[in-house]
Amino acid sequence: MNHNVYIYILVMAGVTYLVRMLPLALIQKEITSPFVKSFLFYVPYACLAAMTFPAILTSTGSIISAVVGFAVALIAAYKEKSLVTVALLACCAVFIVERILAFLA
Amino acid sequence: MNRESFRRGLKDGIPIGLGYFAVAFTFGMMAVSGGLSTSQAVLISLTNLTSAGQFAGLDIIVAGGSYWEIALTQLVINLRYCLMSFSLSQKLERGIPQIHRYIVAFGVTDEIFGVSASQEGKLSPWYNYGAMCVAIPGWSLGTLAGGISGNLLPAFLVSAMGIAIYGMFLAVIIPPAKTNRAVLGVVIGAMAVSSLFAYVPVLNKVSSGFVIIITTLLVAGIAAYVCPVEEEKEANSNES
Repeated sequence: MNHNVYIYILVMAGVTYLVRMLPLALIQKEITSPFVKSFLFYVPYACLAAMTFPAILTSTGSIISAVVGFAVALIAAYKEKSLVTVALLACCAVFIVERILAFLA
Repeated sequence: MNRESFRRGLKDGIPIGLGYFAVAFTFGMMAVSGGLSTSQAVLISLTNLTSAGQFAGLDIIVAGGSYWEIALTQLVINLRYCLMSFSLSQKLERGIPQIHRYIVAFGVTDEIFGVSASQEGKLSPWYNYGAMCVAIPGWSLGTLAGGISGNLLPAFLVSAMGIAIYGMFLAVIIPPAKTNRAVLGVVIGAMAVSSLFAYVPVLNKVSSGFVIIITTLLVAGIAAYVCPVEEEKEANSNES
């Protein structure tokens, strides 16, 4: 590593903050275009869904535990459990499945 | 200051902070095993407050990449925040001092955006401050704990925690998808498009940051064209 770690950190932090700050600072007016308003309404769902799947399938030690965790999270979310409950249930499911897999192996 | 909004933000921030702790723990461990000091890892978490960007940045730091490379990578991976900030610029209360926009901007993460987007009516910046007050310590302390404990934590525990953040995302997007067919279409469509980018040859060469941007623009754009949202009764919910 012949680069300075602190300059790396400064560059990372600077770019990340600018990306977040510029739209908030520059767009002050209320947008009236129905298309843009609709687009912005759908952005969170599209964005979060794209980040979740298929990344969730590789988020744990094995695809089997990930699929079970995904299914458990889907059911819990469908039953409108809170954020933390859904997250914890998914973690527990993964944990249990991986214990069983380790036992069978 | 708006106490009610702040308190609601704190409450909604708790699951976010817990989820962050787990993910940041992994980040702290990886940073230290990659040759950074624990304090450098914590400094990255304090100043960046982003998961995917930090993991990608860490790879470049460890590999000794150029400053341009790290800047460009952060830009691409974090460009999705641009869309989120754009969305929040419309949702924030009108007529608040400009400084609030600069502070809210620092805390625009996937999860904080997720919960603030799900608030009814206009958004008070104090709601975001409440969530940030829990999320930022969770993220930084998780990094600290991960850096200190190194690889002490058994692998099976880390593996089980890896799914936490996705569980939270599902808890944000699934309930509205039950009652709103257009949202359901957007959720399924976005998952399908991002799967194409993960598994189809050539497409799977696209970096994950770009995949999220392309998918979001494409799916939200089509949905806005096909199912425009009717004028909501924003006037009614303004006073809350």
